Amino acid sequence: MWGKLSWAAIPFDQPIPLIASGVVGGVITGVLALITLKGWLPYLWREWITSVDHKRIGIMYILLAMVMLLRGFTDAIMMRSQQALAFRSQGYLPPEHYDQIFSAHGTLMIFFVAMPFVIGLMNFVVPLQLGIRDVAFPTLNSVGFWLTATGVLLVNISLLVGEFARTGWLPYPPLSELTYSPGVGVDYYLWSLEISGVGTLLAGINLITTVLKLHAPGMTYMRMPMFCWTTLASNLLIVAAFPILTATLTMLVLDRYLGFHFFTNEAGGNMMMFVNLIWVWGHPEVYILILPAFGVFSEVVSTFSNKPLFGYRSMVAATMVICILSFTVWLHHFFTMGAGADVNAIFGIASMIIAVPTGVKIFNWLFTMYGGRIVYSTPILWSIGFMVTFVIGGMTGVLLAVPPADFVLHNSLFLVAHFHNVIIGGVLFGAFAGYTYWFPKAFGFRLHEGLGKASFWCWITGFYVAFMPLYVLGLMGMTRRMQHYDVAAWHPWLLIAAGGAAIIFIGIILQIAQLVVSIRRREQLRDETGDPWNGRSLEWATPSPPPAFNFAVLPRIESGDAYWGMKERALQQARLSEEPAYAEIEMPRNSPTGFICAFFATIMGFALIWHIWWMVGLAAVGAYATFVVFAWRDVDEYIIPAETVARIDRANRSARSAALARRQAAS
Amino acid sequence: MAPIVLTACQPAVLDPQGPVGLAQKMILVDSLAIMLAIVVPTITATFAFAWWFRASNARAHYLPNWVFSGRIELIVWSIPLLVIMLLGGVAWIASHDLDPAKPLPSNTPPLEVQVVSLDWKWLFIYPSQGVASVNRLVVPAGMPIHFSLTSASVMNAFFIPQLGSMIYTMNGMTTQLNLQADAPGSFPGLSSQYSGDGFSDMHFDVLAVSAERFAGWIEATRNTGPTLDPGSYAALARQSINTRPFTFRAADPGLFQLIVTQKLPPGPGPRTGRPDVSVSPRTED
Repeated sequence: MWGKLSWAAIPFDQPIPLIASGVVGGVITGVLALITLKGWLPYLWREWITSVDHKRIGIMYILLAMVMLLRGFTDAIMMRSQQALAFRSQGYLPPEHYDQIFSAHGTLMIFFVAMPFVIGLMNFVVPLQLGIRDVAFPTLNSVGFWLTATGVLLVNISLLVGEFARTGWLPYPPLSELTYSPGVGVDYYLWSLEISGVGTLLAGINLITTVLKLHAPGMTYMRMPMFCWTTLASNLLIVAAFPILTATLTMLVLDRYLGFHFFTNEAGGNMMMFVNLIWVWGHPEVYILILPAFGVFSEVVSTFSNKPLFGYRSMVAATMVICILSFTVWLHHFFTMGAGADVNAIFGIASMIIAVPTGVKIFNWLFTMYGGRIVYSTPILWSIGFMVTFVIGGMTGVLLAVPPADFVLHNSLFLVAHFHNVIIGGVLFGAFAGYTYWFPKAFGFRLHEGLGKASFWCWITGFYVAFMPLYVLGLMGMTRRMQHYDVAAWHPWLLIAAGGAAIIFIGIILQIAQLVVSIRRREQLRDETGDPWNGRSLEWATPSPPPAFNFAVLPRIESGDAYWGMKERALQQARLSEEPAYAEIEMPRNSPTGFICAFFATIMGFALIWHIWWMVGLAAVGAYATFVVFAWRDVDEYIIPAETVARIDRANRSARSAALARRQAAS
Repeated sequence: MAPIVLTACQPAVLDPQGPVGLAQKMILVDSLAIMLAIVVPTITATFAFAWWFRASNARAHYLPNWVFSGRIELIVWSIPLLVIMLLGGVAWIASHDLDPAKPLPSNTPPLEVQVVSLDWKWLFIYPSQGVASVNRLVVPAGMPIHFSLTSASVMNAFFIPQLGSMIYTMNGMTTQLNLQADAPGSFPGLSSQYSGDGFSDMHFDVLAVSAERFAGWIEATRNTGPTLDPGSYAALARQSINTRPFTFRAADPGLFQLIVTQKLPPGPGPRTGRPDVSVSPRTED
């Protein structure tokens, strides 16, 4: 009846996961109870859960990413403290537990922190920057988000019910095959990524279509903000790469569930095929993450330098070159597998070539600052911190791309330091810059500057204290994923690294404090004009927060940096453009399709993990029925009357007029 | 500062004891130097621009419409390109010189060692000498060693940081590696590819000794210990953690081939399949 599921699956004898899941369960129950008691449920259902508004979905993606950042960071603290303690001892985490923690840390941070954060930013920002009212497929967007949430849920269920993978964040066979990993850990990994991978693919299709097909009149490709270009490149990579991930994991599923032999030791299976395939996805994946971050930095550096982006065409070219080259370098993840010298050298050189367009980007941001008037708000701090940190990470990356150097550094803590150097210093700093930059647009009030800056300084200091020792440890021959060790020389460096993690922890606490303080002081931090940073692109032309329809009348674009141009013209003519003729607007109706699909997908994933076949069938039927009901819907849009549109837009225009008057008075 | 700290703390990779490691250290240092030539000015310029062009600095020129300069574009594309061309040349030549499968130049023929990674220990077979050793590798100093490597079960990587190049071990396949220790000494070796619960204890000692002492060790090994044949190999292939080093007085010379061709089946996994976290053995039985 219940497949492999029994009471033995709950780790009653393991206090750490039991307490952890108790805390998580308690928090979830508490939040749900509060929502129910306060009667917020109908509001949440109407305005958020069933919403197909790209802004709401973007915000939910980012919220998900931030909550999972806390979980992933808890894993990080456990790993750093274990390694700080486990010198000539077992520490406090036995291997079978420690191995789950580093596997979960990698999986969570890449798939459920970095990915939802950048997808959330793209979702929120791109339609506003393009001057349109929503993404191409609003309901699909909602489905994509909720399927990602399913993946998150499954990974977190593994904390209490069963176990998570003990194979590393990429489950190399044959270790991940049934013979060597008979537990459900790998199955949790596989099904959460199979399901959330579909969600990511849907997001990719949606955003590509949006950038390619939906523009405000006059928004030509070469007038698009840089963030839209990096979104296009990143999502092209998603659509090209994620099916490879899904297919590769499906092959492993077939091995584990139906006795196939794609990657097994026996019967002609070949683990080298898995390693190749997973990195054919895995290398583009890092560019899927970093390209949107590059886009955020382009926007932030230009806005806070009060200058247009330097070398825009060069930046577009560099982005697209990175997009293409990222598919030609995957083999550098396994130079040590014994390929010939020619193969290794070619992939090594191809990897180095990516440093060229990336270097160009760094120089162009540098020359954007040159001749600027740099206003030091939190987002530009993250950006400058990124430029310095990322150059170092890029340098160690090119070092690892030299095959003979990789022969002694592969899999070492030097490698671990390198990829945290680019992912924290690149993706995460970019995500935080974007979060601070667009927060007032999303909620109508700015984040507290002092706490934001304090958090930045903790993060960047903590980063260097935590990860520079890992470079040294790599050179000392320490390999990754060690649960304990007995080399005395490593111990002091691991203690320093644990101290770095503690500093980052303070940074995270300050970020939480920043959010709480900002919400409490929202009236003082209120953004009245919709343009708190003197922005350049179209999102700043909308009120903060923007109405459901974003733009009352689609703006007519006459140059790059569209909103900057509008403001310049208004200054010259000493008035805003003519009030447009308002018309009623059709917007897509809310739909619970995404939520219900994900509900069934979660049950189906759980049932597949535990081999509860009747439940798999039932959930599959439920998900399909949901789709059929949605496909046969009669009404899919609702009308916002012209008077409502006019009222909202007139308020926005009067705020803009007041801002214009202030600027004229100042000059 | 950094090099001094490193020297004080046994920086294995920067303290190579053989020709392969020495060449790799040189590549590492040269590549780093080439890149620092561009990285240091870039970081300096970032700080300089960020400081000088702060909004409160009245002396800085504001160029609100300066968005393009062909000359600068040319420079920012060509400098990284030139650096990468130089570094690419280094990588191409070094990849061929330091290909793990390439024999080391020497007057003496290399010592053959067959390496099998098991869950979770290392088996070293000396086919010409007819002996084998677990978790301890004894080699003559000053003589090239040719390793043929495979795995009994899951992937591992064979790595002696002070001698250079690591290489994967995979079941059903053989990889090649050539290393040499220049002088007698003791070097730590380890698995550098995560392989399961016993991974952290999967390290071994490498003893490089003089030719005479090596001959003496072979002689002594032939006189004690069990024999390595398919039967004792099957016992060895079972999962165990933290295995103490021991030797086999006689090793079946065809055993390595039997493992690679899977005539001897791949190692079994954990003995029980319960879906809880204590499936694998914590200690040796």
